[in-house]
Amino acid sequence: MSETVNPTLPIIRTVAVDKSFGSVEALRSVSLEIEQGKFFTLVGPSGCGKTTLLRVMAGFEQPTRGQVFIDGKSMEGVPANKRPTNMVFQSYAVFPHMNVGENIAYGLRSKKTPADRIATLVAEALEMVGLAGYQNRPSHALSGGQRQRVALARALVLKPKVLLLDEPLSALDKKLREQMQSELRNLQRNVGITFVLVTHDQEEALTMSDQIAVIFGGEIAQVASPEILYRRPNSREVADFVGVMNFLNVSVLSEHGTRRRVEVEGLGIVEIEEDQAPRGLVGDIVAGVRPEQFTILFEDRASADRCCSGTVTEIQYFGDMTYYAAKLEGCDKTVTISMRNTAGRRTLGPGDKADIGWRSESVLILS
Amino acid sequence: MASSFRRSINPEAVSGLALISPTFLYALVLLAAPIAAVILLSFWTQDYLELHRTFTLANYVKAWTEPVYQALMIRSVKISLLVTAFTVLIGFPIAYYIAFIVPPRRKPIWLFLITIPFWTSYLVRIFLWKVILGYNGVINGSLIGIGLIEEPLKFILYNQGAVVLTLCHAWLPFAILPIYVALDKIDRSLLEAAEDLGDSPFRRFIRITLPLAMPGIMAATIIVFIPTIGDYVTPRLVGGPNGLMIANMIEVQFKKANNAPLGAALALSAMFIVTVISLIFLWANRKYLRANQ
Repeated sequence: MSETVNPTLPIIRTVAVDKSFGSVEALRSVSLEIEQGKFFTLVGPSGCGKTTLLRVMAGFEQPTRGQVFIDGKSMEGVPANKRPTNMVFQSYAVFPHMNVGENIAYGLRSKKTPADRIATLVAEALEMVGLAGYQNRPSHALSGGQRQRVALARALVLKPKVLLLDEPLSALDKKLREQMQSELRNLQRNVGITFVLVTHDQEEALTMSDQIAVIFGGEIAQVASPEILYRRPNSREVADFVGVMNFLNVSVLSEHGTRRRVEVEGLGIVEIEEDQAPRGLVGDIVAGVRPEQFTILFEDRASADRCCSGTVTEIQYFGDMTYYAAKLEGCDKTVTISMRNTAGRRTLGPGDKADIGWRSESVLILS
Repeated sequence: MASSFRRSINPEAVSGLALISPTFLYALVLLAAPIAAVILLSFWTQDYLELHRTFTLANYVKAWTEPVYQALMIRSVKISLLVTAFTVLIGFPIAYYIAFIVPPRRKPIWLFLITIPFWTSYLVRIFLWKVILGYNGVINGSLIGIGLIEEPLKFILYNQGAVVLTLCHAWLPFAILPIYVALDKIDRSLLEAAEDLGDSPFRRFIRITLPLAMPGIMAATIIVFIPTIGDYVTPRLVGGPNGLMIANMIEVQFKKANNAPLGAALALSAMFIVTVISLIFLWANRKYLRANQ
């Protein structure tokens, strides 16, 4: 199926999709374009509507209003079994009364693929997910990670235009989850099929995706690449959801063309470029600084362009990183600072005074 | 000695045995002992008032060769197979409806409604069918009332059809409940996965729903088949002379005919046939599930 894809069109386009369940609005005017061949992630807190959006794409839910186009064709009235999408379910949905080979052959049988062709395709699919030779394994004898791979192979063997993944990694333990994250990423690059992943884990979204859509309360908050999303979140909510952000009170001093001067609590007067304030300086604004944009200056103060002082109140040691909570001098704010534990660097303890370095381009103005 | 004996027994096993012992004794006295007595009896002979305790197979030869017993046995198997088939075929759509279409919060009400027939005694329910199907009964009365017939229909009561109908009504809930449990247990994402992989609703039903419901269908089949073959109240009350079943004959042998050994042989023969047919059901089920893979 995938060879007929038109590369210039977005593979999935949703136009003002609303979805209500009774009086509950799960999706509100969701318009998205997903590019062909990309790893696209829908991320948001639980109950934000991301799974509903995925199910609307798969055809398990019909939008209340709005339209979904897949590969340029309207999906209105097209049932799930006629759509060029396949899904990996959160519970994996491996058929318990069939062995691994039968599970993977399921969709091929549905399409009346000849038996010898099925055998080859199943073997290839199993090899692709690292389960070569598992054809006759009964499905109840599989571990969580293996179930996941069977579910993946079962969907990919049909060569869908889009693979939809509904929180596929949430049931795995941390080590296996991290391994599967990179495997999924590599698999997506190798097969070139568009992946749409749903997750509540923002870290997972950042490490795996080409593009991320952040969803809050049924609405798209921001669509961006992982780097942009992290460095330039467009709202306070997004900044808070993706990674850790220190929020400091801010007041506007002057605004002349592109030169904006603001006073940030604990940091002093800062000059802001236009892209550091994506929504301007109006309304209820706040300054945000990421923990790694602060540096505790152990010896030379010259390496940072701005500097302030603080007192360490708490430390959290992660092995490779140390997270400090430090109370800034001259105000009541405590900020989080992350430091890499590079060779020879000591760690501070609670009560220690610290010089904290930062740069003016690290400050974001959010509303 | 005593201490080594105590050490050799697992304390968990002791408490387990203690827990099951009342039930075990109950089953031993009221189930195993009577069956043993019936087995023993079936190899003896009754001669008017005297019981000859010499081993003989004469009762079994009689039970398997005399046409009247053969006919009753075949009729009993036929009636209970028909009842089983009807209850499962009628019960499945009802169970499916409750499992998949009734919203979850209404399910308890539906299950409750299904058990309502059990509130009245089995005997009363059979008599109700007599009232409905009888010569001056509800059906005949209504049909005459609206002028469709002039004479009451006689073929609707006192025959095998009436027995099948009455037994179906009595046993339907026993078929619905296990099938409902099996259907309700099916993970909905399996059905969505089947649809997602390209199956139409009908193919999905054949490939996923039915095989996964099979344990429930099997349970329903056996739960209905085994007791109905031994039923003697229903055929006695609504069966008429042509609707009598093997259990009626067993009763006659034990009571009026005063030939308990022959009755015992007939009972054990019926038990044997039920066991064989149940094993065939289980074998066919396994075969079906294999073929479906």
